[in-house]
Amino acid sequence: MSTTTYPKSSGAASLAGSLWNSLKAIPPVYPIFLVIFLAVGFLNPNYQTLPGIFSFLRRVAPLAILTIGEMMVLASGGFDLSIGSMVTMVIIGSSMTLHNDPNRALGSIVLMYGIGALVGLTNGFVVSFLRVPSLIATLGMALLVKGAALYWCGGAPKGYFTDNWRFFGKGYFENVPLVGQFPASFLILILVAVITFYIFHRANFGKQVLAIGDNVRAAQLSGVKVHRLRILVFLISALCAVTGGILIGGYGGIGTNVGEGFEMQAIAAAVVGGTLLLGGKGSVPEVIFGAFTLEALFALLNLLGLPKPYRDAVQGLIIIGAVAYVSLRTRRRR
Amino acid sequence: MSPSMVSTSKSKSFLKSIHIPPVFYFVISIFAIGMILDQGIGSGDILTNPVILTNIFVRSVALGIVAVGQTFVIIGGSIDLSVAYTISITSVMSSFLMAGDPSKVPGAIAIVLLIGTLIGLANGLIITKLGVNAFIATLGMGLILRGILYAAFANFIGSVPRSFEALGYGSIGPAPISIIVLLLVVVVGWLLLTRTKFGAHLYGTGGNNEVARLSGVRTDRVLIAAHIFCAVTAVLTGLFVVSRLRSGAPWVGTDGLYDLESIATTVIGGTALSGGVGGVWGTLGGVLIFGIIDTVFNQLGIDPYLKNVLKGAIIVLAVASYTIRSKQEAA
Repeated sequence: MSTTTYPKSSGAASLAGSLWNSLKAIPPVYPIFLVIFLAVGFLNPNYQTLPGIFSFLRRVAPLAILTIGEMMVLASGGFDLSIGSMVTMVIIGSSMTLHNDPNRALGSIVLMYGIGALVGLTNGFVVSFLRVPSLIATLGMALLVKGAALYWCGGAPKGYFTDNWRFFGKGYFENVPLVGQFPASFLILILVAVITFYIFHRANFGKQVLAIGDNVRAAQLSGVKVHRLRILVFLISALCAVTGGILIGGYGGIGTNVGEGFEMQAIAAAVVGGTLLLGGKGSVPEVIFGAFTLEALFALLNLLGLPKPYRDAVQGLIIIGAVAYVSLRTRRRR
Repeated sequence: MSPSMVSTSKSKSFLKSIHIPPVFYFVISIFAIGMILDQGIGSGDILTNPVILTNIFVRSVALGIVAVGQTFVIIGGSIDLSVAYTISITSVMSSFLMAGDPSKVPGAIAIVLLIGTLIGLANGLIITKLGVNAFIATLGMGLILRGILYAAFANFIGSVPRSFEALGYGSIGPAPISIIVLLLVVVVGWLLLTRTKFGAHLYGTGGNNEVARLSGVRTDRVLIAAHIFCAVTAVLTGLFVVSRLRSGAPWVGTDGLYDLESIATTVIGGTALSGGVGGVWGTLGGVLIFGIIDTVFNQLGIDPYLKNVLKGAIIVLAVASYTIRSKQEAA
């Protein structure tokens, strides 16, 4: 969208100019994150230490994973509002299938990925073939999934999470060279990031997703299999939601409202990470830092003494503000 | 021509001009299916007990009022996802301000109407002047309202005076006041859409914003007005809800699923999500369908969580039955 033109003058001016241009090319999310994180570190020295930073990363990893999945759907031009309910489903479903037995952890996780795949495929199918706008389709799915989860447990989940299951979200690898402890959830984030970076930025898949987000008709005419891609992005989003849900459950424990609002947090984080709502632009590393930025911002608001519910209002302002900024800029350029 | 002949031809053309929206055939078939299920599995009370039959309508009132507003913005090619929070704010604020005192009722109603107008105005301005997509603008507005709401209130607060409960429970003769209010809102909506310049402009704006603007319609103003109207209907729904509950809580709007259901009923009623086509009578039909389904579920004693599962599926499939014919790719 933005084409940078290099000035054709010579010498120091051109060096400064090209330096300025390469600075301008840095996505804004990185400096924004740096500023907010430094402010948080200034107010709470805990964030200046390695354990403090690791603790922050452990907490933010699930949101970052959810955001990666949400970004794929957003970049394709849709929305996925069912991921919050999917997190709830994972937490309740795991508590029901674990039965306080560590040996069942693997089976339970596999089952959750199965349910996630089913939900993601259904979302994609409903949007692609029944042509229901994803906003309504996934809102309906959110209602359905949460209802199913609560019906499964009869309103209150039973049992507790076993320690081996909780390790992914809560645990640390001990005696890691150089750093000592290393959060397991951050390792999982790195794994998810590498895989999604490859499929989104190195394989054709990502380019095609951005193409259908930019202009469905044009993409279709140039041979992109729109339906298959749409189903895939919803599938990836749901699988990311399951992964995030396991980490969130491991970190925070059992509850029926734990997943609430994560879809909006993920959308806000994706927008902070430069994702264009309604499609056409998105980046895995940038939205990961978008999630970091959002969480750092929450920490900052917390340190400044703002009550927790205002987080929602801040997210709303971010979403509206970012979209208004883009829209006004493009309107002025026209 | 004799006068009687004129009147018959007039009444015939009047009948033709009414044109019953196709959704009402759905209403009748859903009602029939519900009755059969009720006779077969349930207690079979729905047909014999007039209280339950009236209840279908009373249940429809809360959803119906806000759905009329939602129909307006959708006809205009916009949408409002913040209505559930407007309803919550109205119910909490009004019961907080009334505090059980009948003398404070008019003031409280005036204040919540003002709040609703401001929310609608903000939605309209963000969409038209800042150029933010309506989905995103109202989703964001919902989040902002949610933040403020939960920061200020945590639980049921205040109460409405007995006299105010008449809105929810009272009746004039045999007709419950709530149903009269609903019909009033629908008729006002119908008149606005079909008999005023504003209505014509709204259809034009929703059909093709650019063309309407070039032919002299002030599309921005029309959309802002539609959003204010929608927010005000949400306020009315909030007032009705709080009069039924006797006290407001911050979750009554979202738990009532008013955002999703008002959109779904509008679409089921034949209003196109792309704008420019539709009307309030169809929406009323969609609302009745939801009222019937709700009542039948209750009669059959279906688990509340399972009810949400079925509702989610029904909403998506009902919307799908309209969108599946569209040739455009959905996103």
